[in-house]
Amino acid sequence: MTIWVTHVLNGLSFGALLFLLSSGFTLAFGLMKIINIAHGSFYMLGAYVSVSIMLATGNFAVAIGAGAFTVLIFAIVLEEVLLRRYHLRDLPQILLTMGVAFIVSRVCLIIWGGDPLVMRTPSWLSGPLIFGDFVFPKYRIFLIVAAAVVGLLLWLVLERSRIGAYVRACVDDEEMAAAMKINTRALFTGMFGFSGLLAGLGGAIGAPYIGAYPGLDFNILPLALVVVIVGGLGSLAGAAVGSVFVGIIDSLGKALFPELSYFTIFVPMIVILAIRPTGLLGRE
Amino acid sequence: MRVVRSVLLATALIGMLVSARVGAAAETVKVGLPVPLTGFVAESARDMVDGFKLYLSESGNKLGGMNVDLKVEDTEANPQNALTKMRKLVENDKVNLVVGYLLAFEGYAVRDYVHNNMVPLFLPVVAADDLTQRKRSPYIVRMIWTSSQPNHPFGKYAYEKLGYRRIATVAQDYAFGWENVGGFQKTFEEAGGQIVEKIWVPLDAADYSAFVTRIPRNVDAVYALLVGSHIPGVLRTYRDYGLKDKIPLIAGNITTDEDVLRSMGDEALGVVTSHTYAASLTRPQNVAFVNAFKNAFKRDPSYYAEAMYTAAMWLDRGIAKAGGASDALKLIDAVKSTDLQDAPRGPLKLDAYNNPIETVYIRRVVKKPDGKGMENQVIDKIDNVSQFWTYSPEEFLKQPVYSRDFPPLKK
Repeated sequence: MTIWVTHVLNGLSFGALLFLLSSGFTLAFGLMKIINIAHGSFYMLGAYVSVSIMLATGNFAVAIGAGAFTVLIFAIVLEEVLLRRYHLRDLPQILLTMGVAFIVSRVCLIIWGGDPLVMRTPSWLSGPLIFGDFVFPKYRIFLIVAAAVVGLLLWLVLERSRIGAYVRACVDDEEMAAAMKINTRALFTGMFGFSGLLAGLGGAIGAPYIGAYPGLDFNILPLALVVVIVGGLGSLAGAAVGSVFVGIIDSLGKALFPELSYFTIFVPMIVILAIRPTGLLGRE
Repeated sequence: MRVVRSVLLATALIGMLVSARVGAAAETVKVGLPVPLTGFVAESARDMVDGFKLYLSESGNKLGGMNVDLKVEDTEANPQNALTKMRKLVENDKVNLVVGYLLAFEGYAVRDYVHNNMVPLFLPVVAADDLTQRKRSPYIVRMIWTSSQPNHPFGKYAYEKLGYRRIATVAQDYAFGWENVGGFQKTFEEAGGQIVEKIWVPLDAADYSAFVTRIPRNVDAVYALLVGSHIPGVLRTYRDYGLKDKIPLIAGNITTDEDVLRSMGDEALGVVTSHTYAASLTRPQNVAFVNAFKNAFKRDPSYYAEAMYTAAMWLDRGIAKAGGASDALKLIDAVKSTDLQDAPRGPLKLDAYNNPIETVYIRRVVKKPDGKGMENQVIDKIDNVSQFWTYSPEEFLKQPVYSRDFPPLKK
């Protein structure tokens, strides 16, 4: 019995990481219709920076903050300098962000070398939590809690704050929002930066468990795509539901059908696409 | 649904990356060196290039007295690219020989091309068993070991010296993992032990918890065989789920290689492995090699570096003996008849199937005496290990190549 609890918790903690990864992606898409191929690079950059800062300072909170903040700045610059020229043109955006992704991966290889790096965790988060038969890593519990807190904050900002109201207005009708004197330009840049911040935060919080290594960017990007396809593109609640759904199905799938472990991530996507092409919570 | 289609299209586009470079020509020996400089084993590939260059810098950029024109290519850890780069080196650069590649599937991907085009290919790292067994070619010479080679003595050792009877394996799900586990399983079970479960970790796995949770708890030890970034990931997960203190971990060769120990903590301590090299070997040739490597690159050499250094040494002697590198088979015969007594890792000679016979070391990960980092301490050694172990080649080649399901689990 405890083994199944462990499998579900494994899936939930993986889902927590998926949520941090995919929430930024889906927000940028929901507002600006950008399919950001460099989102995996954002994640990787956050992971590398936080691992380095952790090594240099030994301070976990500073390391996480530095990882997230670096990517925030990077995303804002990217939007200001390049992406805004191609507003609402999806193919140029895809190719552009893919080019950025290639550049980031080369630059990371030059800066950090090819060593797989894993962040050391502070002692209060290291090792397993043990209740009799039940053994579970403390860090994964932290991960679940952190993702839940981030999700709650995101929901509060989007649903309860003025900025959130602007964002929702812009999603519904950009021209009308602009006519109402909402500064859509600044909103786009800010939200894209925010989407980078979330990806960087995911990379940083995921660093003690997935680490940072060359190729991480394109390893992790398909996971974000799967989650948003399952959950529904552009929907924050969809990202949350999709993450938990994909995380748990993946974990249980690998436990029950080890032969199929290559497909456990993609099977739910295919089933959902067949039944509901817009995803679980996507809008037509 | 246009948007979903765009996303799928974008997903399909990922992985497309084409690059091209143009080389120069000169009256020299042209050497192609294709390795996966990017991707999940980038660090090991860098060690390969550095090891080869270290030898060249010591020999004044000469092999067999000829100036070396070295062409390094990036295969991006992708079999299709491995073949593309081979074609490019042979057809555009007109290299005399190719020495390189890292991953089993790279070796298999270029095998037919090399065989049909009569290109001398030296494999200082690729361990895919069949390249010197059922799919051997007179044009392919391996300078390392078959994946199963260091595992044959290790399976017996685990039963007899370590006293294990029941073992579960956690290994990477591709040819290299299957052949390592297969070799270990064969001799471990022939000695009297039993492999109770084989857990396969896909190369694209990001989360290892499902695999670690599946490890049965009633075993004497767990045997792991991992590569690249999966090594610290799985070993940390093994520790974080509280298994490290309960079930001893033993592992295949590269799992505790020096290049991954650099970035790991106590999760790797105590792991016992079998391999043909350890940077801590006290042979004078190795001490000199390690010092030279550390001086040049400010880090411990891994076996990848040693393998390429030794390959360069072997080619140096072979080209000198053959009087050049223009005739593929003459060069290969010269290399085959050259026994290396003074390679850093130990004495080496090739068997009739173009694969080395060499010493296998049993090693344990310990803290370095100066407390800075970890190293592989040699605790035992087995001399003259061939790819066929104690079996006759004819008998051995009758069994299928080790795979996911061979040898099967005993019920």
